Amino acid sequence: MIEFVQSLRLWFAPQRIREEGDTPDYRFSLANERTFLAWIRTALALIGGGFAVDQFLPELVWGIRAGLALALLAAGVLCALRAINHWVRCERAMRRGEDLPVSRFPTLLGLAVAVVAVAMVVVVLFGWEGR
Amino acid sequence: MTAEGRDPGLQPERTRLAWRRTTLSCTVVALLAVKQALHSGASPAGIVAVALSALAWLGFLLVAHRRVLGMGTARPQPLSALGALTAGACTVALAVFAAAMLF
Repeated sequence: MIEFVQSLRLWFAPQRIREEGDTPDYRFSLANERTFLAWIRTALALIGGGFAVDQFLPELVWGIRAGLALALLAAGVLCALRAINHWVRCERAMRRGEDLPVSRFPTLLGLAVAVVAVAMVVVVLFGWEGR
Repeated sequence: MTAEGRDPGLQPERTRLAWRRTTLSCTVVALLAVKQALHSGASPAGIVAVALSALAWLGFLLVAHRRVLGMGTARPQPLSALGALTAGACTVALAVFAAAMLF
């Protein structure tokens, strides 16, 4: 948690990243940037999924539909925030010459997506005619 | 770009294409937002939601465009924290508008 607050401070004081360590090879920075973009696309896909649940499953009961959509949207928001945080931490680690940060976020996201997918299957199989 | 100044791993090109892909994803989400907002008729709240979503999309587009232009050199500057923050904020904004439109 303290770690997170520290990197949160870096989000809004970008010049502090530049002050630390040496500028890494530009290729490493670009690779970090592409990883960041891949996470942003994941976030956008989750948000798009949230829209899709709401728009393309109109037969569902409102509560289930809104719940699924909100779960997907929340996952998208988390994913986007985590993308920034991970990018900042990787950038800092590369400048300091430290190991890249490890994270259990991919596992958690994978489990969350699996839960939503199972919920969708259950809802589509059993809850279809509830209007 | 000359052959000598070109990165053999095509890193700037790959990064530029990554920005293009991400912009495309963002456009799809923004279009879904517009469809969602206008689905229930053009209410004042719907118009506001469309305008805000368009603003978030434009913000993302601006960051992406600047980065794509920046990739034109052989050794591009790293992404600025402000750029990363703006791209993330626009993504979060689209999700927040989506949640608001549910109700």
